[in-house]
Amino acid sequence: MSVYMQGIVALMGVNILMALSVYAMITTDQVSLGNAGFMAIGAYASAYLTVKVGMPILPALLSGAFLSFIIGIGVGIPALRLEGLYLVMATFGFGEVVRTFFLNFEPTGGAYGFRGPMGTTLLLIYGWVFSMVLLFWLLSHSRMGRSLDAVRDDPEVASSIGLNVTLLKLGTFGLGAFIAGAAGGLYAHYMFYIESNNFNILVSSMAILYVILGGMYTFWGAILGAVIFSILPELLRFMADWRLSFYGAILVVMIILRPYGIITRPMVKWVENWIGGLFTRTGP
Amino acid sequence: MLTIRGIEAGYGAIKVLKKLDLDVQKGEIVTLIGANGAGKTTVLRVISGLLAPGKGEITFENERITGLPPHKTLRRGICLVPEGREILSDMTVLENLLMGGFIRRRDEVNSSVKAVFELFPILRERQTQLGKTLSGGEQQMLAIGRALMSKPKLLMMDEPSLGLAPILVNEVFLKIKELRSADVDILLVEQNARKALKIADRGYVLETGQIVLSGSGQDLISNERIRAAYLGGKTG
Repeated sequence: MSVYMQGIVALMGVNILMALSVYAMITTDQVSLGNAGFMAIGAYASAYLTVKVGMPILPALLSGAFLSFIIGIGVGIPALRLEGLYLVMATFGFGEVVRTFFLNFEPTGGAYGFRGPMGTTLLLIYGWVFSMVLLFWLLSHSRMGRSLDAVRDDPEVASSIGLNVTLLKLGTFGLGAFIAGAAGGLYAHYMFYIESNNFNILVSSMAILYVILGGMYTFWGAILGAVIFSILPELLRFMADWRLSFYGAILVVMIILRPYGIITRPMVKWVENWIGGLFTRTGP
Repeated sequence: MLTIRGIEAGYGAIKVLKKLDLDVQKGEIVTLIGANGAGKTTVLRVISGLLAPGKGEITFENERITGLPPHKTLRRGICLVPEGREILSDMTVLENLLMGGFIRRRDEVNSSVKAVFELFPILRERQTQLGKTLSGGEQQMLAIGRALMSKPKLLMMDEPSLGLAPILVNEVFLKIKELRSADVDILLVEQNARKALKIADRGYVLETGQIVLSGSGQDLISNERIRAAYLGGKTG
């Protein structure tokens, strides 16, 4: 694989993780415009650990993601009181606070950025992607997954059937922060150099777009959205200056054609049944 | 078995309930009637734990449950059917019922599904349909059926007749009466005072956060003041 291709595939993996981090929060109806902030926390924390402390990459990534999880819970508790647009605004504020923090925080380089993290391989990235896909697949086939659906559908009903809505919302928010933190760590150790502006509002909004375009009722949608948005800009390079306009136009058209996203739940069910059918047909 | 003493509750600076006392005895259907904004829904929210009371005490089966969150009061046997036919609209009828039995063991749940289908045969016919495709009356039946799936000892219903056609209102009240045989006590909040009092053993009248009158369903129906204020004058 050429270095160019490797770069695309690696960033695609990071984008998939970012999409899944947004999806995790959306499973309980929480839209966050601050996941770049969680990504930054995971990136800077893990990079500091490998470069300054000399920790091996995997434990550093896990530590970064875990720190992001802890901060996610801290942000998630007051965020429980917010809904819809208010939550979007609050998380947007959080993302900007984190970005500005790292812009001024000298121990991790401040405005000069932070140099030196390395060691991300494609295998490592896709190991994380695979683990997260497995996690979401298990979740979507479990009682826990059904309870998340209930919270998303109607929190009042969910609590009336005995679900701890607070805990479920907080848990999924923390999970989203954890995944974004891991994505940040992988990103940092792939780029060799990070600066606060790598984690700006555009990164957060793109992650939401992946999920909206791909389909926000199944994690497969989040993945597909991230894949498309990672490849599309490269395919459109021949358009030169018109690239971004065309990019925007595709988005508008897609939202008109498929308002619920490309992949829907009935579609996933149909495919699963079809695959299941293949196995039973070959049986005795 | 449910005792409420001196409850005060509200939203922010607004006090909705002022020193409220209320009881539900074993085997009873009790109704709470009152005008809009009297605080009927708030009473149910406080009991189920959706709203923490400022003062007072709630006991259920001789245990203090004041301020317990909804997922805990449900495990004690108190289930709320929220106002407005709240169902899980993107799940099928059967899935709604199964979710209702979330806190119970799976083998017990299956027999409860059968029992609910017996009580509401229409739900059996509709079991594979999505919740949102049901009619208003069917959604109300589903909401009640789903609540029964948790095998509650006390079932609280918030305006089950709200927004239903008159013929469906009668059907819902008939079903509520049938529940008496299912060994579940009922606390019913209603604006349709006449129908509620008719099926109730006892009733409370709530006015601006206080109980102003209580008595047997029959007594309240024939009470002059109630007739004037809630039952539309002398008709009846």
